Amino acid sequence: MRVARSELYAGRALLVALMAIVILPFISIFTTALHPSGTAPAGLSWPADPQWGNFIEAFNVANMRALLASSVFIVLAVVPVSLLISTMAGFGIGLLRIPGARWLLLLFIFGLTLPFEGIITPLYFLAREMGILNTRVAIVLPLIGLFMPFAVFWMRAHFVNMPNEVSEAARVDGASTWDLFWRIHVPLARAPIASLGILMSIWAWNQFLLALVLVEDPTERTMAGALGAFQGHYATDIPLLCAGTTLILLPTLILFILFQRQIISALLQGSVKG
Amino acid sequence: MTRAADEAGPSRAIARSPAQETRRRATRRIPRTRGIRRQTLIGWAFVVPALVMYGLFVLQPLALTVQYSLYRWDGVGPASFVGLSNYVTVLSEPRLLETLFNAFRLVLFFSLIPVGLGLVTASVIQRVAGGRLGTMSRTVLFLPQVIPLVAAGIIWGRLLSLPGLVNQGLAAIGLDDVTRAWLGDFDTALSAVGIIGIWVLLGFCTVLLLTGMAKIDAALYESARIDGAGWFAEFRAITVPSLRYEIGVCLTVTVIAALAAFDIVYVSTGGGPGGATAVPGIQIYILAFLERQVGLASALAVVLVVLVLLVILPIQRLTRERAL
Repeated sequence: MRVARSELYAGRALLVALMAIVILPFISIFTTALHPSGTAPAGLSWPADPQWGNFIEAFNVANMRALLASSVFIVLAVVPVSLLISTMAGFGIGLLRIPGARWLLLLFIFGLTLPFEGIITPLYFLAREMGILNTRVAIVLPLIGLFMPFAVFWMRAHFVNMPNEVSEAARVDGASTWDLFWRIHVPLARAPIASLGILMSIWAWNQFLLALVLVEDPTERTMAGALGAFQGHYATDIPLLCAGTTLILLPTLILFILFQRQIISALLQGSVKG
Repeated sequence: MTRAADEAGPSRAIARSPAQETRRRATRRIPRTRGIRRQTLIGWAFVVPALVMYGLFVLQPLALTVQYSLYRWDGVGPASFVGLSNYVTVLSEPRLLETLFNAFRLVLFFSLIPVGLGLVTASVIQRVAGGRLGTMSRTVLFLPQVIPLVAAGIIWGRLLSLPGLVNQGLAAIGLDDVTRAWLGDFDTALSAVGIIGIWVLLGFCTVLLLTGMAKIDAALYESARIDGAGWFAEFRAITVPSLRYEIGVCLTVTVIAALAAFDIVYVSTGGGPGGATAVPGIQIYILAFLERQVGLASALAVVLVVLVLLVILPIQRLTRERAL
């Protein structure tokens, strides 16, 4: 594509400016974290005497090890189960096309637009009734349910496009429905399952509202929920808050840099299908 | 979804018994047999676990929200049936009504600006940044999309504070007069929250629109250029119409993010100052868990759910026409 030189420079300048707007906030938080605890430093300023110890202090006061363990627990409890049952449902609706499949699909699609705030109040009372309030289970179970509309929709979109020849051949060989699912179709669906797994892990890690309402103890929450609690406690000590925020962001940033291609494409496909 | 494809599934699934093969909407010559019923049961068994989790933890609470909305209840004592009066309160009390207006004001920031600016940015990347700069700007711009919204709220709470980076920048270019605590000022708080939304959602829209642009036939641009069309004419006549589907997806995702905003607002302003940034999500939380007005909170929640549906459905229709 032939582009005038002036446009080339103007366009690149715009892109560089936008990237700066994205990155500067992270740098600002990082430099703020290095200032002496209890001060209110300016947005971007390198301290005379960088307080690297702030990160250690934040790691300890935020109980970072417990937070990480809790978030990992929640992701591991939510994602594999959600993957299994949504893949099964997508298989039933999209490939077996059971009677009523169309209605089931509509029922799940309806859930796609549902704001979490619409059901958070009863979830609190349900969790209280079930005696799981203030435990991780109170986050895990609703999260699996809340992921179902998207996850089923996603997996169904894969299975509905599978050619029938695949299943036919297996049937001729006398495979049961479960064999057909587990031995033939799950291996073929590895790519969409992996993308879905990435998506749900990010969403679980970043889930805030459920954690805020259903679990009081930050060490039993998701990462985002723990960050919210940390902010509540240390709102007045700006450098410490920034150090904690940086630490809590670190795992996400590292994973994003390592898997950026997969994460971006998963999130994009996710929104297009959704 | 085609009819032919629709018929294929179950009949193939029972291909071992040819007598049963012809069942289905189109040809009902053969009565239902035990084998088919068994297949149906097995098929449903695959769906049941997902359906149970969805039913228990989404549909049931949703029904309960509707039920709660008809009662006055403090969450502990007995509840008294009050009919639709909670809805009347939601739609008449300025404090609550204002949250709905605020939600729509956020649509400008969370949705219209990211989509509009995203279109421009994507077309800039497409035209002038083919190589490494293009890849890099995609990745960098997308970054805010993967971090928790809570973190975005904390980071921008700092940036927009009195000694923050925003005021520092304004002072540096001689605009000392306008510096202020952006999130604490009654006049600017909602726009400041909106800016955070732009920061989070711009990259998402840009990258999504960019993937759509890659699919546009280059010949279209060539012929436009032969006709002497400039950048803007091309943009308006080719780029935007070709991206109708992607634009629709962007609008859907971002409008839901705006109307159902919670995390960013909770962390950066908590709905303040003086309710200037109170959105439905925040107000539901405050009513249900701080003020113990469960019925009123639920009525507002139902209104929010309906509102989202009413706004999303037309957008969906717009995009689906071409997509399917």
